[in-house]
Amino acid sequence: MTLASYDPRVLKSNAPVPGAPDNWKRFFSFNTDAKVIGIQYITVAIFFLLIGGLLAMIMRGELITPENDLVDRTVYNGLYTMHGTIMLFMFIFPVLNGLNNLLIPTMIGAPDMAFPKLNAVAFWLVPIFGVILISSFLLPGGPANSGWWSYPPVSTQNPLGNFVSGEGMWLTAVALSGVSSIMGAVNFVTTIIRMRAPGMTFFRMPIFIWTVWAAQTLQLIGLPALTGGAIMLLFDLVVGTSFFQPEGGGDPVLYQHFFWFYSHPAVYVIILPVFGIFSELFSCHSRKPVFGYKFVALASFAIVFLGLIVWVHHFFPSGVPEWMRNLFMVTTMLISVPTGVKVFAWLATIWGGKLRLNTPMLFSLGGLFNFVFAGVTGIMLATVPIDIHVNNTYFVVGHFHYVIYGAAVMGIYAAIYHWFPKFTGRMYYEGLGKLHFFLTFIGTNLNFFPMHPLGLMGMPRRVSSYDPEFTFWNVVASLGSFLLGVSIIPFLLNMISSWVRGPQAPQNPWNAIGLEWLLPSPPPAENFEENVPTVISGPYGYGTGKPLVENQAAYETQSPLEA
Amino acid sequence: MTSSPPSRINVSALAIVSVWTGVLVVFSFWMSRQAYHWLPVQASTAAPLVDGLFSFETALATFVFFGVVSVMGWVVLFNRAEKYDTSDAEPVEGNTKLEIIWTVIPALIVFGIAFYSVRVNQKLAVLGPMEHIHRGDPIEEVGGFLGDRLPAEQVEVTARQWSWQFNYPDAKVSSTELHLPVDKPVTFRLVSEDVIHGFYVPAFRLKQDIIPGRAINLNLTPTREGRYRLRDSMYSGTWFSTNQADVVVESEAAYSDWLKQAATQPLQPGLSDAILEYKQRQSEGARGWPTVVPAPAPMVNVPGSNQLPHNG
Repeated sequence: MTLASYDPRVLKSNAPVPGAPDNWKRFFSFNTDAKVIGIQYITVAIFFLLIGGLLAMIMRGELITPENDLVDRTVYNGLYTMHGTIMLFMFIFPVLNGLNNLLIPTMIGAPDMAFPKLNAVAFWLVPIFGVILISSFLLPGGPANSGWWSYPPVSTQNPLGNFVSGEGMWLTAVALSGVSSIMGAVNFVTTIIRMRAPGMTFFRMPIFIWTVWAAQTLQLIGLPALTGGAIMLLFDLVVGTSFFQPEGGGDPVLYQHFFWFYSHPAVYVIILPVFGIFSELFSCHSRKPVFGYKFVALASFAIVFLGLIVWVHHFFPSGVPEWMRNLFMVTTMLISVPTGVKVFAWLATIWGGKLRLNTPMLFSLGGLFNFVFAGVTGIMLATVPIDIHVNNTYFVVGHFHYVIYGAAVMGIYAAIYHWFPKFTGRMYYEGLGKLHFFLTFIGTNLNFFPMHPLGLMGMPRRVSSYDPEFTFWNVVASLGSFLLGVSIIPFLLNMISSWVRGPQAPQNPWNAIGLEWLLPSPPPAENFEENVPTVISGPYGYGTGKPLVENQAAYETQSPLEA
Repeated sequence: MTSSPPSRINVSALAIVSVWTGVLVVFSFWMSRQAYHWLPVQASTAAPLVDGLFSFETALATFVFFGVVSVMGWVVLFNRAEKYDTSDAEPVEGNTKLEIIWTVIPALIVFGIAFYSVRVNQKLAVLGPMEHIHRGDPIEEVGGFLGDRLPAEQVEVTARQWSWQFNYPDAKVSSTELHLPVDKPVTFRLVSEDVIHGFYVPAFRLKQDIIPGRAINLNLTPTREGRYRLRDSMYSGTWFSTNQADVVVESEAAYSDWLKQAATQPLQPGLSDAILEYKQRQSEGARGWPTVVPAPAPMVNVPGSNQLPHNG
């Protein structure tokens, strides 16, 4: 690889640029370039995905037999708690923030985030609370072991009575994670509102930007409740207040309100940008405009509004009055309407298209398949009488893993493959990508489908042993989880080897429409620098022949490889 | 395949769609029948109501899921780009009529499901399990038993880390195995001595969290004799998984015999698998992390058993 093959602006930059020679060490530094921060987020997140996945595989190892015979019950409880916590707070939120950092400025034509230093601080909090969380494994009392909900009073039982407990470190980490996410959200929302390229009106923004905007608005509204709840619980734990302790006049159900007031919208924070990814990729890889752009864009905010008024559906059996059960059942079911708008729009987008079944498209289609399955079981869960039966059973575990792994993580993989050439300047290997897809898709369904019959039969979640009638489906689920563990190998192999020695990527390998594809691969530190293009049409001109920006040809010929 | 312009009505396409929709409808109906077999036996008055709703939603879910998957399958099979075709497809940007249809129809369906569910909720409330409020519906109309409004048998349930204790105040009997007469309403008074537990009998389709600091009433009527599992459904700490008890539903005669027999028994330690495991764990050197020590086994007249085969 010669230096001549790089865009000169890439080389003159002092900042680390993905794909540029000899600069990998700079990724370990405090850097304010959104693209560097994006890659930092994604790399750290995938590291924690491996840890969280390993914990899950040990759990599935325990659950492959009915008896408790692999790990001590205290260890199992710590494992499942840390699995959920790591996957949510240290994998999925950071990986999405990584994509936000890569895509928001490049898609809207901004040079960087609105507050670059705040952005870097938000990222560096992730390894800090990550270390706090993981090091709680080394405490004499072990890590937190009351589930990722951390419901009191079980979460404030502290058998050793030490001031520093796994639960205390867990709460500290979660509060810091909240602070980090709020910093991120402030940045993303401000950048989207204030820093769009000339001519990019709200209704010319890519759907991904719409969905991120919606999702990060939810973060800003909901997160203070969780962070406040976590701090109150920390006080109950270490200084003996009784916000949630019945013997002191507190109410444990109040914590459940605090927790779910944020943690339900959190699911939409996760899934909304994935909806955005689906819209982008279905359009690009079937060569058709997004069907019903305005409906799809506005549906995101309908989901935000409804997502804020459904939280009680997480604890229907928890002594809530009947009027609340009925009200929250209806609001929960209503969410399926804007969500349905999106699903039908995706189907209409690919209908009659010219599909290219490359890795990003396969992951998007697989993600949609899983999402629809999760959607229909979601309606069942919203229905109070059914929920009373399956609440806190494996049915719920199956449902949300279809959402989080089946839809969100598959969508994230799709996005990583789709934009990998843009931000690393290298192409990935299509064969390994497809292998990764098929292993992931089969593993996901093998792992998570069996949880539905288990829940219907009445197997509670969070158990480390179970009655023998549940054995068959548990064995299937465990085998699926081991397959999922294997599926990550071609992914890592592909990412690392492609980045090191993959073929150099052209400016626009997918022939996609979007401002980011008018930048060189990899883009220079300040993106368009002084030459910010003026947007003159909507974001999905596939098949219309309309240029996206003024003087488009000048941008399209910038890449030295294409020139 | 789909290259014909959308304005022309394609008879063969219409036939394919109609036949396929018919197939899906039949398949959805068949799945709704199957749905009953995925659930445990029905052993309470609540169970048929819950199962009916589940069966109905299974039909809808099957139709929606396989409908969407059929479209995806069609597109993947027949709308793929030729190998060297880099051109774009026909730029269809939207269709307002279609978009309104697929907003309004799901909304109507959702309201339909919600209406049906609220109805079932109300019936369940009349039957007792959700909340004890008197309502206008005659009890027979909602599928209940004539006795459902009569003063119910009282049972006090105490949940602990990690055992269940059942007190029969009228008969002055206590047990770690729950005995209930068939077809007789029963009122549980649920209390917890430590953390939140969940009272969950899958065969009854009922679940109620037990919140420390509160006494919560739960009413139900068992309808089928047999031995069922009561499981703790709210994570309650180290031995959460072992916090199970058996529920024996028996004829009224057998039930009163059991009560009489039980009243003559001296108090003895009840069942607590957690205590057995805890002792074994301590004798093996207590590997793993520190734990809350299980509460002492409750002193009861009849420990019962949790080792016998159960029906659900």
